Amino acid sequence: MQTRKFRRVYVWELPVRFFHWINALSIIILAITGFIIANPPAILSNREASDIYWFGTVRFIHFATAYVFFFNMVMRIYWSFVGNRFSSWRAFWPFNKKMWHNFLHVIKVDVFLANEKKPDIKDISIGHNSVAAISYVILFLLALVQVFTGFGLYSSTASWWLPKMFAWVVPFLGGDFIVRTIHHTTTWLFILFTLIHVYLVFYHDWLEGRGEVSSMFGGYKFVCDERLKQLAEDEEIEAPVDEEAMEIIE
Amino acid sequence: MALEKSVKETYYESIIKQGYSRRDFMKFATYIAAYMGLETSMIGQVAKSLENTFRIPVIWEHYQECTCCSESFIRSDHPIVSDIILDKISLDYTLTLMAASGHQAEAAKQATMEKYKGEYILCVEGSVPLGDDGNYCCIAGRSAKELLIEAAEGAKAIIAWGSCASNGCVQAAYPNPTQATPIHKIIKNKPIIRVPGCPPIGEVMAGIIVHMITFGRLPELDGLGRPKAFYSKRVHDSCYRRPYYDAGLFAETFDDQNAKDGYCLYKVGCRGPMTYNSCGTIKWNNGVSYPIQSGHGCIGCSEENFWDNGPFYERLTGLAGFGIESSADTIGKVAAGVVAGGLAVHAVAANISKRKELKSRTSRGIQNEKKLES
Repeated sequence: MQTRKFRRVYVWELPVRFFHWINALSIIILAITGFIIANPPAILSNREASDIYWFGTVRFIHFATAYVFFFNMVMRIYWSFVGNRFSSWRAFWPFNKKMWHNFLHVIKVDVFLANEKKPDIKDISIGHNSVAAISYVILFLLALVQVFTGFGLYSSTASWWLPKMFAWVVPFLGGDFIVRTIHHTTTWLFILFTLIHVYLVFYHDWLEGRGEVSSMFGGYKFVCDERLKQLAEDEEIEAPVDEEAMEIIE
Repeated sequence: MALEKSVKETYYESIIKQGYSRRDFMKFATYIAAYMGLETSMIGQVAKSLENTFRIPVIWEHYQECTCCSESFIRSDHPIVSDIILDKISLDYTLTLMAASGHQAEAAKQATMEKYKGEYILCVEGSVPLGDDGNYCCIAGRSAKELLIEAAEGAKAIIAWGSCASNGCVQAAYPNPTQATPIHKIIKNKPIIRVPGCPPIGEVMAGIIVHMITFGRLPELDGLGRPKAFYSKRVHDSCYRRPYYDAGLFAETFDDQNAKDGYCLYKVGCRGPMTYNSCGTIKWNNGVSYPIQSGHGCIGCSEENFWDNGPFYERLTGLAGFGIESSADTIGKVAAGVVAGGLAVHAVAANISKRKELKSRTSRGIQNEKKLES
């Protein structure tokens, strides 16, 4: 039976990991507060209305988190120009031959669960695969929809120029009602994305055993030796130092 | 001047002639300046303009509408508004208020259009039906579209009164059988002020006219062509029930204790948070009340498509194409359930399909575990 040597590869840089978890957390907060704003629970109180402000606080959390979400996204766009190959914008533009090949492979093997007679090790993606790349492009577009409709709704009560720049969105789409409906509905698309995304992360971790889940914490994934160039020279230098950490025998 | 006087009169002359005192006039100038959102120092300018400006000829067209805009206007707070600014004196043509009728009325309109070409203001109340060659609305044997294009030709500016002329209102609601069309979609080459509302507030209407008289130009408009002075804030933002909203105290139904206590009507479908108008500040019927103050949520009558935005008493409404009963949340829950079910099936199928691969990997892992140093 074949036994493979795996090497630790730094895939997700620190800013990318920070982006991922800030993004995940802010989406959770935004979705929860958003649903509360859409349909507030009936909380009764004997106190004077002037002593209570919980709904105002929920809205404040929603707006404050929206800024975090937005600037986090801006940071990630910047990082897609200076980060490594896995975080580059090029990784999200799956329209070359190699990525198209990978796209079909993932659809066949991971979506329709076909078994290949001769699995090619190069078909296993190191960063995210081409289907995932497309899903992140879609998520980015959904995020833009939320940013535009959200700041559009916020603009008329805002005093800062940034949200005011989105004031045109409301008349453009025809009024607050439709903008609100779009904002609300898109939240559900985020939820659907999250379900699929989390499932697929577990799926890959379970079937490939390369640290898919933990990679978003530590940044490393495990990649077969064969994928690395100039292995011989590197090994002399690195192997004795990192023996324990780098070589996991399958 | 003396010769012209029979034809051309200043607003002030008309007001005095109608029997108002100078004191009444000054009170009106103060009152209207306040509604227009002007500083007190501007009252003098308003008074001076009304004294020195010859009245602007106005043609007021009624197309597919219910005349509620006119009704709102003539019930405006101050009698000078209805008596002078637009009623007896200034209106050269309006079907409902003018004394003349039939051929006389049409002749008066023609005369005004020729004499004051490029000077008169065209006020339009109602939408224009474009379906079936415009036959759904004909006046004096001519279609509304024909009349509008003719009247707009020589107009200095057009005021689209009410939701009909601004957005199409109820006639344009789905399925819009007459193809009712708002003014700005027909006339493209003239400045158009949109004053939505079903009806718009009388004081808002008067304020816009006085603004044009005082400053000789259109009031500042927003992206939708609405005067910013009256349409830049949501009803919600000036609502006296707003503190209940921020406190999270809501009426759950119209007959519960919360409704009696005057809590926020957000959860029973109030459209205040999505409606740009000044009902909360100017109010209605001489500042007596407005819908929310009377215990009924705002229906968003000054917003586009407000008839098609679902039931007035529900906040979460149906999505187009998904049937009237399904709200975004129902669809979302079903979709999330379907996706979760699909993923569960996929997980099971993956373990079955890839069982050999998984089994060999597990056994290798176990072997490696045994080889570990103690």
